[in-house]
Amino acid sequence: MIQFFNVTKIYKGDIYALKDITVKIDKGEFVFLVGPSGAGKTTFIRLLFREELPTKGQILIAGRSITRLRSKEIPFLRRNIGVVFQDFRLLPDRTVYENVAFALQVLEVPPKEIKARVEEVLAQVGLSGRAHLFPHQLSGGEQQRTAIARAIVNRPRILVADEPTGNLDPATSREIISLLLDINRLGTTVIMATHAWDIVNSLKKRVIALDKGRLVRDDKEGVYGYEA
Amino acid sequence: MRLRTWGYFFRQAFLSLWRNAWMSVAASTSVAVTLFILGAFILLVLNINFIALALQSNLEIAVFLRVDTPRSQALALKQQMESLPGVKEVELVPKEQGLKILAQQLGEEELLEATGGVNPLPDYLRVRVEDPARIGEVAAILQNLPAVEKVNYGQAVVERLLAVLRWVRYLGVGIIGMLAVASLMLLMITIRLAVYARRREINIMKYVGATDWFIRWPFLLEGLFIGLIGGGIAAGVLLWGYTSLTYKIKLSLFFLPLLEDNTVLHYTALGLVGGGACVGAVGSLLAIHRFLKV
Repeated sequence: MIQFFNVTKIYKGDIYALKDITVKIDKGEFVFLVGPSGAGKTTFIRLLFREELPTKGQILIAGRSITRLRSKEIPFLRRNIGVVFQDFRLLPDRTVYENVAFALQVLEVPPKEIKARVEEVLAQVGLSGRAHLFPHQLSGGEQQRTAIARAIVNRPRILVADEPTGNLDPATSREIISLLLDINRLGTTVIMATHAWDIVNSLKKRVIALDKGRLVRDDKEGVYGYEA
Repeated sequence: MRLRTWGYFFRQAFLSLWRNAWMSVAASTSVAVTLFILGAFILLVLNINFIALALQSNLEIAVFLRVDTPRSQALALKQQMESLPGVKEVELVPKEQGLKILAQQLGEEELLEATGGVNPLPDYLRVRVEDPARIGEVAAILQNLPAVEKVNYGQAVVERLLAVLRWVRYLGVGIIGMLAVASLMLLMITIRLAVYARRREINIMKYVGATDWFIRWPFLLEGLFIGLIGGGIAAGVLLWGYTSLTYKIKLSLFFLPLLEDNTVLHYTALGLVGGGACVGAVGSLLAIHRFLKV
């Protein structure tokens, strides 16, 4: 599903964010991306949904090179990849329902279908009763659920989460992780960058560890391996 | 794009105009002022052209004969000139009439006495040509006829007029260019503010896979609308101003030929509205360009 071939990313001023990364992630996998701050986790994610281009190397998604995409094709790549961030990135002047529906509106989905799909996905993340509240009326966990609902409402095949539990307390973090696991069980490939070593250790999922831009470890049923 | 999507675009555009109401008003006004000056300049240049053309068609060649030319030869010359190609009509002004005209112009009734009873003026012929542009060629032929002392067709005036006209045009293009850039900048600042206010939204749209044009259209419409309003105000004020100004000028400076062709006036006004729309659209596209690079 996702293949990195010798991917190197150098930012301005000779800063190596990623060095010679080669990795393969299969369809339906759940992968933790771990490592200390500045290890290159966020760059890895940005490369995935083509916010950045690699300096060297090749990235394939579903067999297609995404480095050779024309800028007109980028939106269509992104429709297959949902993204969730640490800071939620919800629109503060819109309700939960509107925030999720927005993702379908901009794709010109018919209103009837929008309504059905938003209601379905809100039920899936457990926010059916909170649809008409604004983000500031929600807890952190609920805000992140809204963001996840927005990311998956278009039924993408890949869900990418950049430290989705970074702003949440441990109990809420576990809820969010179990939601991501549920989504994964329904067939979506999930890639999650995280600092939450306890969660990583307890789940025994695949762990890709980065340090100073290098791939230092890739375990099938891994542990965090660092004291966070 | 579906019809429903266009509805969304227009709603977003007007919402943004309303949210930044003061900025929208400021931008429209600025566009209106610049376009008005632009339009005024265009009309000025058109009028100078028109006046120049009118003057040219009134041009005539004054052919002065030698003082001692007998009247019979003068009449023969008149006939000869009338048969020349390019000559429209020839009028003989005998020296007696010439003296009368001069006396009238000077306000001196007894001019003849002042010159000691001798008329010092020669007979002269007023020659009108068919094509004002070829007046120089005809004048050269006339110069070579026998008994012709001097030929005068106001060459210096015509050339000076054309030079002035040329400079007015250069100046016009320069001013038009500067004004266009100024109004473009103003629009860019306005739209950039609107874009900046909605940068989170744009960011999310990009992440969920909205196309760039889907994101652009509302801002493009907003800019277009500001430009159209500005152009409309400019065109309206210009039409009204020009009509009342030409009316007043006609009352006091009735000899001045002015352009009163409504077609030209309406095209100028239409041009201003179109120009406003273009400035609005281009300004928006430039303003949003940076924000789409995500």
